[in-house]
Amino acid sequence: MSQTSVESAPVQASGGMKANFGWIVRHPIWAFVVMIFIFFSLMTDNFFSLGNFENILVQTSTLGLIALGMTIVMINGNIDLSVGAVVALAASLTVDIMGWPMFESWGNWQILPAVLAGIASGVLLGALNGLIVWKTGVDAFIVTLGAMLGVRGLVFVYTGEQSFFALNFAYSDFGASRFLGLPTLAWVFLIFTVLMHVLLSRTVHGSNTYAVGDNREAAVNAGIRVGPHMMINFMIVGFFAALAGITLSTQMGASTPNLGRDYELWVITATVLGGTKLTGGAGNIIGTFGGVLAIGILRNGMNLMQVPAFYVLVTLGVILIAVLFLDKQLNRQGEEELRL
Amino acid sequence: MSAAEAVLRLEGIVKTFPGVRALDGVDFDVRLGEVHALMGENGAGKSTLMKVLAGMYQPNEGRIMIDGKPAVMANPIEAKENGVILIHQELSLAEQMTVAENVFLGELPRSRWGFVDWKTLEERVGTILTKLNCDFGPRTRVGSLSIAKKQMVEIARALTHQAKVVVFDEPTASLTDAEKVVLFDIIRDLKSDGVGIVYISHRMEEIFTVCDRITVLRDGSYRGTLVAADTNEDEVTQLMIGRSLDYSRNVEHGERGDVTLEVTGLSCGKLYQDVSFSVRAGEVVGFYGLVGAGRTEIAETLFGLREPSAGKIRLGGEEIAIGSPAEAIANGISLVPESRKEQGLVLGMNCRDNITLPQVDDMTAGPFVSNGAEIAIYDMYRDRLDIKAPSWRSEVGNLSGGNQQKIVIGKWLAMKPRVLIVDEPTRGIDVGSKAEIHNLIRELAHSGYAVIVISSEMPEILRVSDRVIAMYQGRITREFTADEVNEDNLVQAISGIGNGKAA
Repeated sequence: MSQTSVESAPVQASGGMKANFGWIVRHPIWAFVVMIFIFFSLMTDNFFSLGNFENILVQTSTLGLIALGMTIVMINGNIDLSVGAVVALAASLTVDIMGWPMFESWGNWQILPAVLAGIASGVLLGALNGLIVWKTGVDAFIVTLGAMLGVRGLVFVYTGEQSFFALNFAYSDFGASRFLGLPTLAWVFLIFTVLMHVLLSRTVHGSNTYAVGDNREAAVNAGIRVGPHMMINFMIVGFFAALAGITLSTQMGASTPNLGRDYELWVITATVLGGTKLTGGAGNIIGTFGGVLAIGILRNGMNLMQVPAFYVLVTLGVILIAVLFLDKQLNRQGEEELRL
Repeated sequence: MSAAEAVLRLEGIVKTFPGVRALDGVDFDVRLGEVHALMGENGAGKSTLMKVLAGMYQPNEGRIMIDGKPAVMANPIEAKENGVILIHQELSLAEQMTVAENVFLGELPRSRWGFVDWKTLEERVGTILTKLNCDFGPRTRVGSLSIAKKQMVEIARALTHQAKVVVFDEPTASLTDAEKVVLFDIIRDLKSDGVGIVYISHRMEEIFTVCDRITVLRDGSYRGTLVAADTNEDEVTQLMIGRSLDYSRNVEHGERGDVTLEVTGLSCGKLYQDVSFSVRAGEVVGFYGLVGAGRTEIAETLFGLREPSAGKIRLGGEEIAIGSPAEAIANGISLVPESRKEQGLVLGMNCRDNITLPQVDDMTAGPFVSNGAEIAIYDMYRDRLDIKAPSWRSEVGNLSGGNQQKIVIGKWLAMKPRVLIVDEPTRGIDVGSKAEIHNLIRELAHSGYAVIVISSEMPEILRVSDRVIAMYQGRITREFTADEVNEDNLVQAISGIGNGKAA
């Protein structure tokens, strides 16, 4: 196959020959994103403006960050339902620790140990989820369902059902700050999106992620250490959930024990809209990014059109099923073409 | 048999599981550049021995020597490092990934920072694929390949390592004849490179085509090693089952009844065209052809799984339309599908429930299923088909392939069909049970059923059929009576050569 070695492009980018059409078939969500983008631009006065786009990015960055981690866990054939609870845990820990008397003299540096602790809580919980899935063989759905309930309970115990307010204004200013012409939180989301895309599509760990989700037995036979591999991915999603909790609390300047409720459902919705399969082995960050934007644009646009919030939910539910149905039709046709 | 040339040697291997002595002091060795067949009926211990070889099981006694030195293989990875590579029967591939990624799964070449070195990967895989004469490239998605090509990917994976011993487990189970030829060429290439090959198969003709020596296991113990050139099928069979088999064809003529099923001009898109044939009561018609010739698709049409684009189906002289399997069953057409585990049986259910599954509605007393009626049906077919199961409560998943197949046949007989279609009746079934299934098919015909047998195994077709219909690329090329047909004219008819009556 000497002729293929001339092109040094990576394997994943092989769809180039079918040009744009093939790209859209693989990421149907982006066609949908474009559609609703045009729809809301025409239907409302305020949608099509730079300020509003920034808004959408910031509003979706919380969901988006978690969805990045959820994508890698779901490609693995697992799922993490505890992300919403971890959002609350990390936010509460960070906001609380910042105010501890021992850090009083640290000035703005008091944010650092607080953020580290918040992040660490997410990563550790992820590790624990992963370890249980690995060692007991209990389905990730059940393990993280347990974690979701348990962690939420812990958050209520820890906070005494109280909200915490960030007394350090540098922390709450961060949520509204700008950097190089964009809101900082939008940058955080975009940069991690690129990093995760590279991780999944270019690295050995990324390839193994697909292999483990596609055919776990084959991965074991090939000598991939599936247990530790899955644990790392649970730690990644834990990291993103914690990070999302922290960015959310910077926006609010506070944390509440109910923070992040139902987030797991929104995140899974965005990820699945983006083409990631619940059964594992398929999915990518480009799709997830599209799924996140779709939810962001719909919420924002319908809000501008003054659609009552409940109808927004109804619409999103219908769209979720419709998009997945479309995706299935497209994929099935693809397979039949190959069989002939 | 000097020890020096044996690259791999197993001595006195004993492997016990709770209550079972799966291997009882088995000796086995592979020399450089030889193909050594491992044979035995299902349950003889072949797979256990193979798993010991591949590091998946640890033997309780005995030792494994590689290049004359004792070796411990605690897991598949260590076996690989020792140069022992297993090509799985059930393909172990990640379907949605590319060929290149699958070939180096778990060992992707890295550049710095854990990035995959795609260039090296594709070059190395490309070289291997060229060597294997594959017509697909490293970037092809595995899910889009045929089973045979997927097997090539598995073989390519074995070639990435400095393999000393390659174990093929039933490699031809799903290959077409043309693909088999390619596989055998690859095996010969490996052989001339000095690799030792272990070849596990049920198919006698393959064993004698590629193998140098044959070791036979029975009931977990070693029964002897034969040199292929100095032995014959009968001798091997006798070692395997401990008795000789009656392979004679028991085709009686002149007992046929009226035409039960008549098909004229049947077509189904691109799958097959203009197919006409008839089956009489009391007759077995064999369909032979390459994989993809359209045989299974015809069966599926008759069973209502596919809609024909043209043609007529007459049953007992009356034209019928078959829109669904339920209609086919109501009309008295039954299909014993190609893969019994996926399409024919509920493996977790017991024998009785599997047999009565399609007609459980008719066996009720009030709102409840009548236990007694079900057991009566099971007992009847157990005796008639000679099903060997500990009791009707036994899970079907625990039975041997032959008995599973009998359960599927029993299930359809219980529906009292007029036409019985059997697709690949003995796939994955050992030789002893094969003969039983063949006799059973003959007896069923004898008792008045019209039987259609589809098979990729020529000896099987020749053994059971009253008439043989040869197919090539969706068309019937020739029809033979049992007297006319032989291996030569059949091979010609299914490969598109001599497309006429000039035999």
